[in-house]
Amino acid sequence: MKIVIIDYGAGNIQSIMFAIKRLGYEAILSHDAEEIQSADKVIFPGVGEASSAMSKLRNTGLDKVIPNLKQPVLGICLGMQLMCHSSEEGNTKGLGIFNLDVVKFSNNVKVPQIGWNQISDLKSKLFTDIPEKSYIYLVHSFYAPIGDETISTSEYDVTYSAALQKNNFYGVQFHPEKSSDVGGKILQNFLNL
Amino acid sequence: MLTKRIIPCLDIKNGRTVKGINFVDLRDAGDPVELADIYAKEGADELVFLDISATEEKRKTLAELVYHVAETINIPFTVGGGISSVEDVDVLLKNGADKVSINSSAVKRPELINELVAKFGSQCIVVAIDAKQIEEQWKVHLVGGKVPTELDLFEWAKEVEERGAGEILFTSMDHDGTKNGFANKALAKLSELVNIPVIASGGAGTIPHFTDTFKDGKADAALAASVFHFKEIEINRLKQELKEEGIPVRI
Repeated sequence: MKIVIIDYGAGNIQSIMFAIKRLGYEAILSHDAEEIQSADKVIFPGVGEASSAMSKLRNTGLDKVIPNLKQPVLGICLGMQLMCHSSEEGNTKGLGIFNLDVVKFSNNVKVPQIGWNQISDLKSKLFTDIPEKSYIYLVHSFYAPIGDETISTSEYDVTYSAALQKNNFYGVQFHPEKSSDVGGKILQNFLNL
Repeated sequence: MLTKRIIPCLDIKNGRTVKGINFVDLRDAGDPVELADIYAKEGADELVFLDISATEEKRKTLAELVYHVAETINIPFTVGGGISSVEDVDVLLKNGADKVSINSSAVKRPELINELVAKFGSQCIVVAIDAKQIEEQWKVHLVGGKVPTELDLFEWAKEVEERGAGEILFTSMDHDGTKNGFANKALAKLSELVNIPVIASGGAGTIPHFTDTFKDGKADAALAASVFHFKEIEINRLKQELKEEGIPVRI
């Protein structure tokens, strides 16, 4: 299986590489359109700030490549947020795969949300054999609200989308690579798609 | 519901754990990777590695250690100790650290916080503050708590938040090593003052100390070293008892 992690200079990619390796696979890091298009599975990571991440995608032309991919694609954290219609962070347009606008948590809660929270309302093959209310690790200040594409919810200040899916595109707000055995199983489920 | 985090801290010198360790099942008592793996399996929510070595090879050894930890464990971890530049942080994050903690270097040059946040994002920048109460005032201390400054804990914490730090790790020098409980009064004030997570450190001795720091100290996470290393408190049991006290924890 050819697994490609999209490299656009965003965030901590090493952790995802290691998580894939722990599952017994090797991932390739690439920003090359052909390499990405020829993968069996594509992982779209992202840690950092939304508008600068979007500029990096536009500068490399990846903003046109990603929405047209046909194989299963998994956006992680900021990756998932960038797959949405827009983000309040730096007021940027997103890739428009998911029809949701990413907004910031209110000051009723501590921002960023850092730590382990639970995922509920699981409905996707991504969550095969994952029990309701499993704990996953998150670090984020912005969130995608609930919409038609929501395949899992979590609660912090509000009920928000912990995961999204549209056709071959999947996105998770949490970090499966840092979410202990539950996260490993979710990554394995993605690779099994 | 977001849970309260339990964070064991490992002191590292030249790539090895330094504090005496009481794990009978450890093959190599000084191997931080093996210890980290055990903590992760026992239910630790995060780990902190504090590098206290002062050799010239320090950076390379630490980067190698971070790489091996990231390769092995599947929970987040923070690396601290002598970090003073964007380059230092870049190397650690590239090798797989999730967060870095800065302390004295931020006091000496507060703009460092802004620079790190701009380059890497708030989510991975923890500012550690060591403070001691001197005549009713909490004063920030440097160099592992040895050197006092004129900086007030609460004013500094507010500035740290405004400069974009993602978390504050507050160690009370008055409580550290005493095993008499955390500095809950100061912690509660701190936690209400800032709108970023606060990690309590210094003073853990018993399970009720953790309950108190979450309830009275309003801490978002609690860090301890020796009580875990010497198995005086087992993480599984700690979390079970916290749960029974109504504190949300990941079990």
